[in-house]
Amino acid sequence: MNFSKADKFICFGALASILGATNAMAQGLGFQEPVTPVMHDIVDFHDNILMPIIVVISLFVLGLLVWIIVRYNAKSNPNPSKFTHNTTIEIIWTVVPVLILLGISIKSFPLLYKEDVVPSKYDLTIKAIGHQWYWEYEYPDYEGVSVTANMLETREEAQKAGKPFRLGTDNAILVPVGKVVRFQTTAADVIHSWTIPEFGVKIDAVPGKLNQEWFQVEKTGTYYGQCSEVCGIKHYGMPIEVKVVSQAEFDAWIASQKSASTDTIKFAAK
Amino acid sequence: MAHDTHTDINAFDVSDRPSIFNPWRWLNSTNHKDIGTMYLIFAIIAGLIGGGMSGLMRWELMEPGIQVFNGGLWGNEHNYLVVMTLHGLIMIFFMVMPALIGGFGNWFVPILIGAPDMAFPRMNNISFWLMPASLGLAVLSTFVDGGPGNGFGGGWVLYPPLSTSGHAGPSMDLLILSLHIAGISSILGSINFITTILNMRAPGMTMFKMPLFVWSVFVTVWLLVLSLPVLAGALTMLLTDRNFGTGFFDPAQGGDPIMFQHLFWFFGHPEVYILILPGFGIISHIVSTFSRKPVFGYTPMVLAMVAIGFVGFIVWAHHMYTVGMNVNLKAYFVAATMIIAVPTGIKIFSWIATMWGGSIRFTVPMMWAIGFIFVFTVGGVTGVVLANAGVDTAMHDTYYVVAHFHYTMSLGAVFTIFAGFYYWLPKMSGYKYNGFLGGLHFFITFVGVNLIFFPQHFLGLQGMPRRYVDYADQFEYWHKISTYGYMVTVVGVIVFLVMLAECFLVKRKAGANPWGDGADTLEWTLSSPPPFHQFSEPPVLVEDEKDHH
Repeated sequence: MNFSKADKFICFGALASILGATNAMAQGLGFQEPVTPVMHDIVDFHDNILMPIIVVISLFVLGLLVWIIVRYNAKSNPNPSKFTHNTTIEIIWTVVPVLILLGISIKSFPLLYKEDVVPSKYDLTIKAIGHQWYWEYEYPDYEGVSVTANMLETREEAQKAGKPFRLGTDNAILVPVGKVVRFQTTAADVIHSWTIPEFGVKIDAVPGKLNQEWFQVEKTGTYYGQCSEVCGIKHYGMPIEVKVVSQAEFDAWIASQKSASTDTIKFAAK
Repeated sequence: MAHDTHTDINAFDVSDRPSIFNPWRWLNSTNHKDIGTMYLIFAIIAGLIGGGMSGLMRWELMEPGIQVFNGGLWGNEHNYLVVMTLHGLIMIFFMVMPALIGGFGNWFVPILIGAPDMAFPRMNNISFWLMPASLGLAVLSTFVDGGPGNGFGGGWVLYPPLSTSGHAGPSMDLLILSLHIAGISSILGSINFITTILNMRAPGMTMFKMPLFVWSVFVTVWLLVLSLPVLAGALTMLLTDRNFGTGFFDPAQGGDPIMFQHLFWFFGHPEVYILILPGFGIISHIVSTFSRKPVFGYTPMVLAMVAIGFVGFIVWAHHMYTVGMNVNLKAYFVAATMIIAVPTGIKIFSWIATMWGGSIRFTVPMMWAIGFIFVFTVGGVTGVVLANAGVDTAMHDTYYVVAHFHYTMSLGAVFTIFAGFYYWLPKMSGYKYNGFLGGLHFFITFVGVNLIFFPQHFLGLQGMPRRYVDYADQFEYWHKISTYGYMVTVVGVIVFLVMLAECFLVKRKAGANPWGDGADTLEWTLSSPPPFHQFSEPPVLVEDEKDHH
């Protein structure tokens, strides 16, 4: 839910956007703007293949129904015919759907494997731990770096922080742009699910289980997601905020997080 | 088929029918028609409760912010989740299933096969009377401590650990018992249907001469008998995990919460076909009757239902694409799931071919049937989209899924219920209803439900997650339209109730066959309402020039 281009859409633009991805906005119809290779493929597959197919099928059935209503109503056609079989047409409506499905699967399976199999070379690992009701993140590559992200509870707080209400968190996690991130999830209590719509990532956080997916973000910016598996009273209250920044900014942030954590340790030792 | 036993049947219309004001007629009933009537009334009551619950949800979701479940009269965010959970369970177990299987199944399966009653009339009685007990426990559970508040708020899927450690209070135990009882009721009913259909068909009615509604119920009850025990097992394990220290689904004790999801969806996926298959049968009857044409492709229609039932058992994990499954397993479930589109397509096209060349009368049931074919197509094609695990990642647990299954269920299955209701109401009650009110009910409902659920596709694609009491501001527009759609639908429900009241107050007598020569199944040979006991002597089936129906 990138707000960088959150201009209002008028109806015309909204209709045009049904085949093109947009940001989440008031009258949006389609996906948010993709920013990872996987989400590009998802949007491409959905908007250019699946959508046209299902729209054509629905309109085809609607057209047949309208034709039947006009042509074969009792007034236009007082004497019904009595046929009950037509082998040719039955073979057609069995075989053609099979061919359509085969066509879909040519795109579907490669996408599934691309999305699901984490590349063997990745630059960074981030682990998210779902809690009732907040996310805790660890950066196992950098010792001592961890982030706890709570939702900004009130509209005023969110406004003060300049973040969208119900999406903004007190602490965001940072991700370097262009880097392959192996993203792992688990949970401390009940099942949660971590997602960022623009990334094409949605992975359940299950207690006692470590799941993983991956993403590689092409554009800097702030991205928002929300817990996507019902997890109790504040299911709506554990949003996800990811800042995608340059490597330099990321390094600086990591350094500051480390010193902050060593400070705390020193403080605790005293 | 037709038959020529009019005179014989009328001879049985003697006054052995007890008064409808006699409570023992209903409490002790072993009559399939009375039990069917009770199931239908039960379904209408449950539907009003479940529909009222969706009203609370749409009211809350009309605007961002928490206005209804704000700690006041309707409770807090937890109570939103409780209402959401109960809405799902009530609509599935206490509305659609009792209406289609218990109601129309009980009423018409024996009549359509020329049988005097169900095979086990007393078991039929207990099947019904378990249902109010089950609904009572479910409703009671919302007033009992669940842990985070009164009631269980974890969705109808009951996933642990939210349903175990996440809801420590006794509310969830009541819900488990409620579902156990509903399951026992359905299994007993299913055994009854299987026995009836296999053993009590009139002479000459072979399996492949049975009307399609009978076939659809036959396939459905097999799905119930095979899937419900798995649910019962999963529920029992939940119960012992909660109360007796077992750890089937507790990772700390070596259990696996995902295992529950596998067991649940092994039941849950066939369940969605259980909800729609009897409707398929009803639509075939209606489309054929009002086109004045026999069903196109009877045998492929039967085989398509059997195929849907079979494949329905081997696709369950497409509800679980994001749990972290092996990618090859996902690939299998993608392929298996997409295959279902083929028999479903055969059904849609065969209904269209049945109408093709017909002489169609647009009666109220026919409007619902044609409306059903369209909305079910829309719900079906989004199902093909969701079957692709790669794309499902973006839609999983969003409103796109909510829109998809409401198009197949809330529009699809409910349209078949109304279609069947308007088709058979003159037969069941003996009275004609007001066609204008029925048509008005259809048009208002058609507009209303499409207005509720079509915008939810957009919400889902934009990333709006399910089961949220409050949402980010940019989702407001379509949520508001969706709530307007609910308001329209409520008007439709009121028109339905007015139609019902008018029908029973005005009492226009319906003849044995109000639909004319397209209606050639056995129920139209009986008086309206049918005699208390019919076919004490099996009807004689005569093959006419038409193919079987």
